[in-house]
This record gives sequence, C-alpha cells and structure tokens, in this order.
Amino acid sequence: MTDTNTPALQLQGIVKTFPGVRALDGVDFDVRPGEVHALLGENGAGKSTLMKVLAGMYQPNEGRILIGGQPVQISNPIEAKAQGVVLIHQELSLVPEMSAAENIYLGELPRKGMGRVNWKELYARSNAILERLKCRFRAEVTVANLSIANQQMVEIARALTVDARVVVFDEPTASLTDAEKVVLFDIINDLKSQGVGIVYISHRMDEIFTLSDRITVLRDGQYRGTLTTAETDEDAVTRLMIGRSLDLSRNEAAPDFGKTMLEVRNLSCAPLFEDVSFTVREGEVVGFYGLVGAGRTEIAETLFGLRTPDSGQVFIDGQEVTIASAQDAIGLGISLVPENRKEQGLVLQMNCRDNMTLPQVHNLRAGPFLSNGAELAIFDKYRDKLEIKTPSWKQTAGVLSGGNQQKIVIGKWLSMQPRVLIVDEPTRGIDVGSKSEIHQLLRDLASQGYAVIVISSEMPEVLRVSDRIVAMYHGRVMREFEIDDVTEDSLVQAISGIKASEPA
Amino acid sequence: MLIDRLKAGGPAIAKQGILVAFILFMIVFSVMSDRFMTTGNVMSVFRQATIIGVIALGVTIVVIGGNLDLSVGSMLSFATVLVVDLHDKIGPELAIPVMVLATLCLGAINGFLIGILRLNSLIVTLGMLSVIQGLVLIYSGGQNVDIANQTDTWFRFFGRGAIFGVATPIIIFLGLALVFHVIMTRMPFGRRVIAVGGNPTASVFSGVPRSRVVFMTYLISALCVAVAAMILGSRVMGSQNNVGQGYELQVLAAVILGGTSLLGGSGSILRTVLGVLMLAFIQNGLILMGQPYYTQWLVTWAVIIIAVWLDVAAKRGRLFSPIA
Ligand SMILES: Nc1ncnc2c1ncn2[C@@H]1O[C@H](COP(=O)(O)OP(=O)(O)OP(=O)(O)O)[C@@H](O)[C@H]1O
Ligand SMILES: [Mg+2]
Repeated sequence: MTDTNTPALQLQGIVKTFPGVRALDGVDFDVRPGEVHALLGENGAGKSTLMKVLAGMYQPNEGRILIGGQPVQISNPIEAKAQGVVLIHQELSLVPEMSAAENIYLGELPRKGMGRVNWKELYARSNAILERLKCRFRAEVTVANLSIANQQMVEIARALTVDARVVVFDEPTASLTDAEKVVLFDIINDLKSQGVGIVYISHRMDEIFTLSDRITVLRDGQYRGTLTTAETDEDAVTRLMIGRSLDLSRNEAAPDFGKTMLEVRNLSCAPLFEDVSFTVREGEVVGFYGLVGAGRTEIAETLFGLRTPDSGQVFIDGQEVTIASAQDAIGLGISLVPENRKEQGLVLQMNCRDNMTLPQVHNLRAGPFLSNGAELAIFDKYRDKLEIKTPSWKQTAGVLSGGNQQKIVIGKWLSMQPRVLIVDEPTRGIDVGSKSEIHQLLRDLASQGYAVIVISSEMPEVLRVSDRIVAMYHGRVMREFEIDDVTEDSLVQAISGIKASEPA
Repeated sequence: MLIDRLKAGGPAIAKQGILVAFILFMIVFSVMSDRFMTTGNVMSVFRQATIIGVIALGVTIVVIGGNLDLSVGSMLSFATVLVVDLHDKIGPELAIPVMVLATLCLGAINGFLIGILRLNSLIVTLGMLSVIQGLVLIYSGGQNVDIANQTDTWFRFFGRGAIFGVATPIIIFLGLALVFHVIMTRMPFGRRVIAVGGNPTASVFSGVPRSRVVFMTYLISALCVAVAAMILGSRVMGSQNNVGQGYELQVLAAVILGGTSLLGGSGSILRTVLGVLMLAFIQNGLILMGQPYYTQWLVTWAVIIIAVWLDVAAKRGRLFSPIA
C-alpha cells in the first residue's frame, strides 16, 4: 500500500514562457496516489501548458518535477509514459487513417521476430482495453470512421496501456454525451481505487464537484491556491478563479419577438434528418437539444449551404431561398459557428485577426487593398467584447488556449452582424466566466433583433439561453417546448425518443 | 548547440537562415573565383534566372494554396514553341495573345481538374506534364522552330531589350514579383489563398470560394509561364520542342529554398525571389569553378534539404525529432 500522503508527483516553481507570453509563473502542484485533483482556471490560465510540462512535451524554463520524491528530467512524452505519467489531450491527437488499436499502441506496438507487428496480440490487448471502457466498437476499425466521442475513448484507451502512476485528463468531456460521461467517471473512479493519481481539467463545475478530492486554481499563469473539495463550494472556487461571483440569473427582460426571420418546412436530408420544420423569430433564441448524432449539426450545415437537402423549403424574412453554398448563406445574413473549432473554425497557422475577418475580407478594403484599420477595428472590438487573451493580433491562432480559439471563431461570426446566427456547441471548452458572458451575449443579440439558433448538448445551457427548445432524436423533431412549460424530465424523454403523451 | 544559439539570437535570425546562407555562398564563391562578383557575371546570372524566377512566382502561389504544379516545364515548351512559330506566321502582335490564351487554357484545365473536381494536384499536373509535351510534339511535328528575321522584330524587346540600361527580363521579373507580393499580402485574394492552403475545410466554413480560389492559382501559374515564354522565345529567337524540360524541378527547388511550405498555407513571394537568386548563383558559382551539371544538382538539393531541416528544427526547437 502506498502512503497516500507522499505525492505521486510534484511540480515545484514551474515557469514556462513563450514569446510574448508568461504562460506559467512559478506554479506548484502535486498529485497524491488515489486522489482526483482538479485543475481549474480561465481560458489561457496555463492549465494545458502545465500538463504538457508534466508530460514532457514542453521543457520548463525554471522549476522541477519530482516523481515519488525523486527529481526527474522528462524530455519527451515517451519518457513520461515510461515513468507512469500519461496525458490525455484536450485536442484529439489521433492518426485518423490508422486503426483504433494502432493508435492505442502508437509508438509501442507489440512485436514478434524481426520487428514484425504482432497483430493478434495488438488487437487482443486493444480490445480488452476497449471492453474495460465499455466501448461498443472493435479495435480493428479505422479511427476516421469513429464519432468524435469514440475517438475520445481511443485517446483515453491510450492511457491504459501502461501501469499508470498519474493520468491527466485535459477536458475529456467536452465532446462526450451524458451516457459516455458516466462510463468515463466509472473509469476514473476505477483508476483511483487502484491508487492512480488523477489530474482532471474541466470547466464544468458539476463534474469537478462530483469527482474531485482537491481543487487547484490557476490564474494568468499563477498559482492561486488549493482547496479541499468537501470544504468549499462553487462560488468560492469561481471567485478564486475569476475574481468575482457569477450572475447566473436569466435575463428576464420581457421578450419582444418580431416577425418570423427563418422558417424551415419539411426539410429532409436522409438519413441524417427528415421532415424537419421550425421557425425562428426576430429577437428569439431557439435551442436545439438532443444527443450527439441527433442530426442537429447537419441541419445547421444544410442551412449554411454546406449540404444539399433532398427536399423541403427554407424561407428567410418571408422569401423562399435556395442556399447552395456558404457564400449564399453569408449573403442572406446567416452565420454558423461550427462545432469543431480546429477543423472547421480556424486556419490554425494564420494569425488571430486574419482568422476573424476571413468571411468578410473582400469587403474590408481601401480601394483594391486590404484596409488594415478596418480589420484591426473588428479584431479589437471582439477581442474586448469576448475578452480574448492573446499578446497581439499577430499571434498564430493555433497556439492560443482552446477556449480562446473558440472565442476567435465566435467573434468571427458575430462580426458579420448576421440576421440569423446559428451557434453549434458555442461554449465547448470555455471557462465559466466567459461562458456566462457568451450566454449573455446571445441574449443581447436576440434582444437587438437577431434570430438565434443555439445547438447544445448541455441542458443547463439550453435552458438558460433559449426562449423555445426544439428536442431532436435520430434526425427527427420530437417536440417543441416554450421555455415556460419545459421541465428537465420532459426534455430528457423527448431526446431519448420517448413520445410524450400529446397534450390535447 | 547551433539551434540554441540561433534561437538565442532571436527568431529573426533563425527565420533569415536562408538569407545568411545566401550571403555565405556569395562570399565563398567570390573568394574562389574572381569572375564571380563582376557586374557582367552578376547581371547575366540575374537575367538567366528570370525565366525560372517568373514561373516560380506563380508556382509559389499555387503551393501556398496547398497544391503543386509540375506541368510548368512542358507548359513552357508549349508556350515558347507556339509564340516562336506563330511569330513569323501571323506576326508578334497576334502571336502573343494567341499564345497567352492557349497557355491560360492549359492552366484552366489544371484548375478545373484540381480546383473543381478536387483531384490530387500531384497526379493531375504530373499527367499534364506528359500530355502537354505530347501536344507540343504533335504541333511541331518534332521540328524545332525559329524566327527568320531576328533583328528587326520588336519581339526582341522582351528577352534582349533594356530599359534605362536594365535588361527587360529583370524588370519584368522584379515588377511581377512586386505585384504578386502586394496581391498576397495586401489583397483579399492573397488572404484567401493562404486560408485555403492552410485549412480548406475551415475556409469553406468561412465562405471562401475554395474551388474558385484554387482555379485562379492555376490560371496565375499559367500566366507566369506565358510571360516566361515571351522572355525565353525572344531571347533565343527560336525554340526546341523540349526547352522547358526539367524546369518544374528547378522551379520547385527555388520555391522550397524560399521557405514556402509544401503543406500549403504559408510562404512568401519575396523569399521565393531570394530562393531563385540563390539557386542561380550557386549553379553559376559551381560552373565558374568548373563543376559539371550533376555536381550542381547534387549541391543544390543538398542545400535545399539542409535548409528544410534547419527550418523544421528551428520550429520545434531541436535538431532531431524528440520521438523515435
Ligand atoms: N506553443 C505556444 N506558443 C505560444 N503561446 C502559447 C503556446 N502554448 C500556449 N501558449 C499560451 O499560453 C497561455 C496558456 O495556455 P494554455 O493552453 O495552457 O491555457 P489553458 O489554461 O489550458 O486554457 P483553456 O481552458 O482555454 O484550454 C495562453 O495565453 C496561450 O496562448
Ligand atoms: Mg487547455
């Protein structure tokens, strides 16, 4: 039995700088065997960077790492893994063309004579891990064919190939459904009972409070303190994290809906979604709630001209329209904040400002040339509005923290001043402070007369921002709720495909 | 380590690695050969580099857009043979527009297959390399062509003329470089090319007309070939039907040497100019030192590979990949 008071791992006085950024400024952190230690902080606070230092992906400028009381030098992820330290990334880092099994054992495939891969062994071992994770796919499948959630599971499976001493989960639930979360939490508790130290990074307070034993808060790269979960509450943690309390009340200004801005009639794109009809009025926020895979994203992409529907009609401001391309959609005043910021939202090696102005770059001109002033004006406005943390507009979007990347994408589409704004999982990976600001922003936009569609898999989010909720299951609209008559139970029923007894 | 020192000296120096290498080469060659640094030699190297240079400008834009163009070599043969052959038949004032249009058509075929049908650019342009060479042979019947009256035609201006004492090809090359530089850095089209090359999916999600942008990059590339053909045809006043053979690799070498990423999404016109000059001066220096052409190629590609390695190393902060 390990003594639970000597930390399995300690970080002392870690400093890590990037050009123009002091990402970590003397941070102390430790994990004890058999505990879940939550790491909290705003977007860009340095959580991922700290964990990358731990996993050998970055070398700290100052400070030291101790494993089992011994100072160690970890110069790459493979060494870290050999020491029993495994990091499950915030962003998926799988090789899409390879099988799940090859990804799980990437870099350490089981071998037989002459360096040949022992496929039987590889699949057997991988399948055993996937079974432990209660995954319903086989290790032989190609990763590209898996849903994002299942890809996340492969990422987690990677951590279980060694006898881990410390496992770090960096926002593992951002793209998981509730059912998958339950499985994940089981696994975490399982590891915990085997004496593994867990570091858990998340922006979801409910998860932190159900899972963790201790909470450490970072702010602007500085260590703010460590709390025992049982002795604290959300408000105290939030204040430590953002320096103030959150106002979680719903904006109760009497909704004032205008004319119907968007109407969708019998839209079908089999087998993704079928016979979908709904309307969105000016000044209204309509929430689309459902499980991952319910067809909500596909509807959004169709309205944005990226998919061709089989049948159905779309009306904007009373006029029937055909939307054959994203340019058409933009021309009609539709904006879409896509689900996946890295693949669909950003050109990672382009700078922050250029990313933000991309959809309207041809209009930001002085004569034939780009107008630096006009571009910067847009960037500055939304940087301030969304509190995007970046040393300058010239920073490459790819090196921003996950949450700040998301804010760039949101800024990009808000700056288009759309008539219909569609946001798909807008607060994925966004810290609690900014999250409530984004919710507020969506409400404000609606009250300025925008028609807003919010697609979300988070019930509290849908309940907080929507005036009306469309519940979807397997590509069909199950029910529509006015916000005043919705209950959590009826919502859960509707998205699980249980037909509620229709009110007369 | 070298890299650490490069980094300590500021990212500026690491980024300018190719400039440093260029200056080093110039110094070495000036010491080794007293003819190297003469005005005559420098100007003549510069003038000869303009053909590869002009084409490399267009190919840089294609590559930034995330594609390759290997058809430029045989496209150059095509355009040069055409303009030279038509010169005597219909006169230069008609020959030039006909040649430009025909070359643009070839570019449009590339652009259609790659931009609109989304076929792989390596395969398409490799195929076009052979197809166009075939077209040239059919057109010329295997004969080389030349211009009968080489002294009295105003067509000589492009390859042999000069403006204020500076050779026309050099002016065309630098002028075009400047225009392209402005397009890529100061105009919406350039921004869109960079976005499409960097992340095609995100570009489409941002309303960038991806197909049209890629199509345009191939038209630009073809236009550059047409301009290069005017310089070449006018300088030689004749053309073999395979004059452009091998140019695609020279051009690609210059583009890579200029630091444009073959993955797309980043690169610079001005640095391509540097790459072109560096390539030309290395080859010239080796010739002056009496080295045969295969040594030139060996040295050229050794330089390119080292340049690429240092570039990658500077990005990841160490010389060797951390993961086995
Ligand atoms: N490779 C890099 N180059 C430059 N700056 C970087 C790099 N990696 C991170 N940063 C910067 O360091 C800071 C901390 O980033 P980090 O990713 O650790 O934040 P985080 O706490 O994980 O945020 P989030 O909750 O949004 O994921 C940010 O300002 C980020 O822009
Ligand atoms: Mg992070």
